Amino acid sequence: MGYAQTMTRLTVTDLSCARGGIPVLDRVSFAVDAGQALVLRGPNGIGKTTLLRTLAGLQPALAGTVDLPEEEAAYASHADGIKATLTVEENLAFWAQLYGSAVPESVYDAFDLTTLRLRAAGTLSAGQKRRLGLARLGVIGRKVLFLDEPTVSLDTRSVGLFADYLRDTHLAAGGIAVIATHIDLGLDAPVLDLTPFKASATMAGASDEAFL
Amino acid sequence: MIALLIRDLRLAVRAGGGFGLGLAFFLIVVVLVPFGVGPEREILTRIAPGILWVAALLAALLSLDRIFALDHEDGSLALLATSPLPLEGAALMKALAHWLTTGLPLTLAAPALGFLLHLAPEAYGYLFLSLALGTPALSMIGTFGAALTVGIKRGGLLMSLLVLPLYVPTLIFGAEAVRRGAEGLATAVPLTMLAGITAGAFALLPFASAAALRVNLR
Repeated sequence: MGYAQTMTRLTVTDLSCARGGIPVLDRVSFAVDAGQALVLRGPNGIGKTTLLRTLAGLQPALAGTVDLPEEEAAYASHADGIKATLTVEENLAFWAQLYGSAVPESVYDAFDLTTLRLRAAGTLSAGQKRRLGLARLGVIGRKVLFLDEPTVSLDTRSVGLFADYLRDTHLAAGGIAVIATHIDLGLDAPVLDLTPFKASATMAGASDEAFL
Repeated sequence: MIALLIRDLRLAVRAGGGFGLGLAFFLIVVVLVPFGVGPEREILTRIAPGILWVAALLAALLSLDRIFALDHEDGSLALLATSPLPLEGAALMKALAHWLTTGLPLTLAAPALGFLLHLAPEAYGYLFLSLALGTPALSMIGTFGAALTVGIKRGGLLMSLLVLPLYVPTLIFGAEAVRRGAEGLATAVPLTMLAGITAGAFALLPFASAAALRVNLR
């Protein structure tokens, strides 16, 4: 997999990926320019999460290349990575420190966390936790976001807040987002249906055994 | 890197963080031994170095499976893996945090507990020194074991089986240093070996741990 140093542009060429040793997607190709989002669609099990994990570098691709600017990708999974005994502020401050950035005050407004700042994250509701997990993206300052079902357990208003953040802050600043979602975020973004890329069951090279 | 260390230390001292668990276990074992073997001074003095080292080793083992399992459960391990911090650095910081919350308190408490076991007066310095040199290796080797078994449900048992044999050299040289110290013999060789094991573990195992984590995160 080659990570070429280019302008902010995500190019995926003939990417094949597997989950648990079974190929799920075959020869996926797309490109996303700076300031654009791409919405991934497809039935459960088609490989949206697998594709996002491969793009984020958490697992190797079977074949194909991913070109994106180095040190610019961030991944947000189903799990938020929130520590229950830390407060909202401490959770965000940790990620900011890890990425060498500061927590912008605007992030608390953007994700409606202002009144929750000093609450232990363990006492938040599911939707509030999700907002905190998404607020991490506003803290770490990465340009290319891979978002896996970002709106799970969010109410309509919070979905709106998140869509506003993506459109007005992230994409407006030249960012890129690849989003797997089943709902309409109200973004003016092209949709990629993964169904045609479903890998055939007999595809070779599927083993991801570590020592073979 | 320091951010992860501070976060782990903070998590350890908050509710349910497990700080003090190893120390309490160490205390309980050392207090129970005289009840089990009887109060004769000579016997206790003879077995004290071994008991103290075995108890310290088991206490360190107790909290190992938390090192990566909690981060894996809540998803932060995957987020750490995609962050600018290399996994090697993360493994090193995790081991350091484990030592600061387990090995260091054990080292500081050991001389007081040596008193309960009638440890020979000459041996106190060597007990402290050998634990200070040896417990970092226990944390680092344990971090490697935790990295190997992350993501396995109830992986703690498997991890103990993997880690305990790797702990044996540390135990042998650690207890030997204290025993020789108690008898007034030269301790340079076991202490040097102990330091060597620790240095070797910290030089190699962060990389091995990171490789194991990468495989387990797929």
